[in-house]
Amino acid sequence: MTLMETMVATDRPLLKVEGLTKGYGPRIGCAGVTFDLWPGEVLGIVGESGSGKSTLLSCLAGHLRPDLGSIHYDGRDVLAMGETERRCLGRTDWAYVHQNPRDGLRMGVSAGGNVGERLMAIGARHYGEIRGKAVAWMDRVEIAADRVDDRPSAFSGGMQQRLQIARNLVTSPRLVFMDEPTGGLDVSVQARLLDLMRGLVRDLGLSVVIVTHDLAVVRLLAHRLMVMKSGHVVEQGLTDQVLDDPQHSYTQLLVSSVLQV
Amino acid sequence: MIHIDNLSKSFTLHNQGSTVIPVMAGAALEVAGGECVGLTGRSGAGKSTLMRMVYGNYLAAGGRLLVGGLDVARAQPREIIRLRRDTLGYVSQFLRVVPRVPTLDVVAEPLLALGTPVEQARQRAADLLARLNIPERLWSLSPTTFSGGEQQRVNIARGFAHAYPALLLDEPTASLDAANREVVLGLIEEAKARGAAILGIFHDEGARARVCDRLVDVTGFTPQVAA
Repeated sequence: MTLMETMVATDRPLLKVEGLTKGYGPRIGCAGVTFDLWPGEVLGIVGESGSGKSTLLSCLAGHLRPDLGSIHYDGRDVLAMGETERRCLGRTDWAYVHQNPRDGLRMGVSAGGNVGERLMAIGARHYGEIRGKAVAWMDRVEIAADRVDDRPSAFSGGMQQRLQIARNLVTSPRLVFMDEPTGGLDVSVQARLLDLMRGLVRDLGLSVVIVTHDLAVVRLLAHRLMVMKSGHVVEQGLTDQVLDDPQHSYTQLLVSSVLQV
Repeated sequence: MIHIDNLSKSFTLHNQGSTVIPVMAGAALEVAGGECVGLTGRSGAGKSTLMRMVYGNYLAAGGRLLVGGLDVARAQPREIIRLRRDTLGYVSQFLRVVPRVPTLDVVAEPLLALGTPVEQARQRAADLLARLNIPERLWSLSPTTFSGGEQQRVNIARGFAHAYPALLLDEPTASLDAANREVVLGLIEEAKARGAAILGIFHDEGARARVCDRLVDVTGFTPQVAA
C-alpha cells in the first residue's frame, strides 16, 4: 500500500513550479510555466524542437538558473538552496536521465562502477552488495551480467542509454527528470523500459517529468501532459484527454501529424 | 452514481478553418447503483462521445457530469486519475497496452495500482482469464499478438478485475462467440448484483434486452442546427 498511503497522507505536491521563466538574451527559453506534480505522477512534456522543453527541464533540475519564478520541492525552496544542498538532492532524491548517455555516464569507469558509484554516494560500502545490486539493475534494463566489467565506451548507443537509466534508478530516487530517454532505443527495449518505469511509478510512488517527441510513449507512461510552443505552455491536462480531444490549434496539428503504424 | 445534467460538447477544428461542430446539447441521464443503462441511437449520434466525456477523455463544454460525487466536467486531472483508479472502470473496444507485458500482468494491473498484493492480484487475473476461456498457455504472452476476440476478452478481464462502483462498457460482446458472450453477460449481471452502476453501448440486441434496465436514445441530445 506504499503508493496509496503516500497519496492519501501527503496532500501536498512533491514539486510546485510557479511562473518559471528563462530567457537567452532577447530570446525566450521558457516563459511563465506553472504546474504541480504529486507523488506517483508522471508528467509528459511535448512540443517541437526549440519549444523550450529542455530549457524547462534544465531549470527544474537546477542545471540552469531561471530568471523568474519559483520551484518548491517537498516544501523546500529549491532556488534558495546552496550549491551543496542542491547537489546533495541531485545525488539522493533526484535523478536526471540525459538525452545523450555520454552526458550522464562516466565513460572511463566500468558499467558496474557507473551503477555502483551512485550507491556509494549515498553511503553503501559493502562491495558484494553494491556489485550484486548493480548486476540486478543491469538485468532489469537487459544488459547481460558478463558486461559488468566493460566500459560504457564499448557499449552500443542503446546499451549506454539503458545503463544510464539503471545508474539513475538504482538509488530509488523520488523524482526523476528524463530528457528524450527512449529516443535512441530499439522498440523492443523501449517497451521493456516503459513497463519498468510504470512498475516503479506504481510500486514506489516515483514521480517523473519526461520530455519527449514520442506521443506513443507519453500515452503509455504519462498521467498528465503539457504541450509547449515557443517557450509557452499552450495546453495541459490528462494525457489521453489532451491527445484525443486537443483544444489548442498547435496540439491539434501535433496529434494529427503522427504517422499511423 | 452517475448524474448527467444539461451536458454539452462541441469540437473546434482550428486547422480546418476553425470550424465549430456542436455535437451534443442538453444531455441528461442518471444511472443508479445496481442499474444498467444502455445508450442507443444510430452510428454517429454521440453514444461514444458521451461515454468518453463521462470517463474524462473528452472535455465537456458545459453542464454537470457527476460520477461518485466528482464533477468530471470541472475536475482537476489529478482527481480524474484517482476516480479512474478507485471508482470508474472502462472497457473500451480497443486494447492499449505496453508491448511485451504478459497478459496476466495486464489484467492484474488495475488491482496493483490500488495496492493489492501481487499474488492476490494475479490470482484474480487468472480466475477471470480462465472464466473468459483464454488458454493458460497464453497468459505469459503479450496480448498484442492475440486475435481480436481474445484481445477483447483480455480488455474485459482487465475492466472487471477491480469491483469498480461505476463501469462504462463500449460494446463488450461485439466480437465474441456464444459461449464467451454468455460469460460476459454473467459478469455484467454479477456487477449489477453487487451494486455497480453501469452505462453501456450494446449493438447486440439480445444482450441489451437481458442486462439493460433502461435505454436512453442519445438522438435527443443532438443539437438542433439552425437552418
